[in-house]
Amino acid sequence: MTDLPTPSVGPLQRVAPRPLRLVLNWGRRYSLWVFNFGLACCAIEFIASSMARHDFIRLGVIPFAPGPRQADLMVVSGTVTDKMAPAIRRLYEQMPEPKYVISFGACSNSGGPYWDSYCVTKGVDQVVPVDVYVPGCPPRPEALLQGILALQDKIAAEDLGRRYRPRPLPVAALQRPLVAAPDAGTTAGGGG
Amino acid sequence: MHDYFRAWAVVALLGLVGVAFVVAVMGANRLLSPSRPTHEKLLTYECGVDPVGEGWAQMHVRYYVFAYLYVVFAVDAVYLFPWATVFAAPGFGTVTLVEMALFVGFIAVGLLYAWRRGVLRWV
Repeated sequence: MTDLPTPSVGPLQRVAPRPLRLVLNWGRRYSLWVFNFGLACCAIEFIASSMARHDFIRLGVIPFAPGPRQADLMVVSGTVTDKMAPAIRRLYEQMPEPKYVISFGACSNSGGPYWDSYCVTKGVDQVVPVDVYVPGCPPRPEALLQGILALQDKIAAEDLGRRYRPRPLPVAALQRPLVAAPDAGTTAGGGG
Repeated sequence: MHDYFRAWAVVALLGLVGVAFVVAVMGANRLLSPSRPTHEKLLTYECGVDPVGEGWAQMHVRYYVFAYLYVVFAVDAVYLFPWATVFAAPGFGTVTLVEMALFVGFIAVGLLYAWRRGVLRWV
């Protein structure tokens, strides 16, 4: 296992006085490149919010992130299944810091109508930290706009130096590299 | 000689501005950004699942006809759009129209070939 560098934050961000932090947070809250994790019907409401009538681009939410590495915000909209959960976790990990998650709709909040299903994750907050929950089944696009405003208020009040102060990785983080697929020739007859 | 150096001084200045810009932007990033590398973040692929197989893959040669059809329509579009903006302008006229008809007819032979091969049918 290769040791990872300790989590850190730039020195200027740590010592930034309040006015400078205000400016930095102001820049971040109105430039949220969003990564849409559309998993079910709620994604349609998300798309409706991005279209001309509701138009969340006027709030600075830009729905054109080509992948997780270019995104600041992940909107999980729809039913999270146990099969999808690891992919959500990995793509969340691959987003650059600082990153935010909006859980959109009853399913990703808590499992929703599928709360007693054998294969539905009971809320996406079991795999990734969620900043804002938007209730509804499905929520109207206005509800997502309200959620975005709530997230922007949260970002405005944020202190990145405090949030990313050096500390060990959380226990849920993957601590060792992935195991490579075994060579087909050497495992024949191995069993285990 | 003096003019020669002055002309190149602009280029050198532009280079310096470019270097200063990169240093400023990367420096601001180093000063401001949080960094929290994890093993998953350092993975190459961003599709959310473990990659399977290798990067090297070959297409079967029998798909050439679809690439060929694509070329037919792409070349069509590339010439038709600019042509459509000028063919009614003064100085063009009937000759331009006939030229394009010849070209489209020539391209249509390719389409005819594809149709005879039966690749235009849906499955």
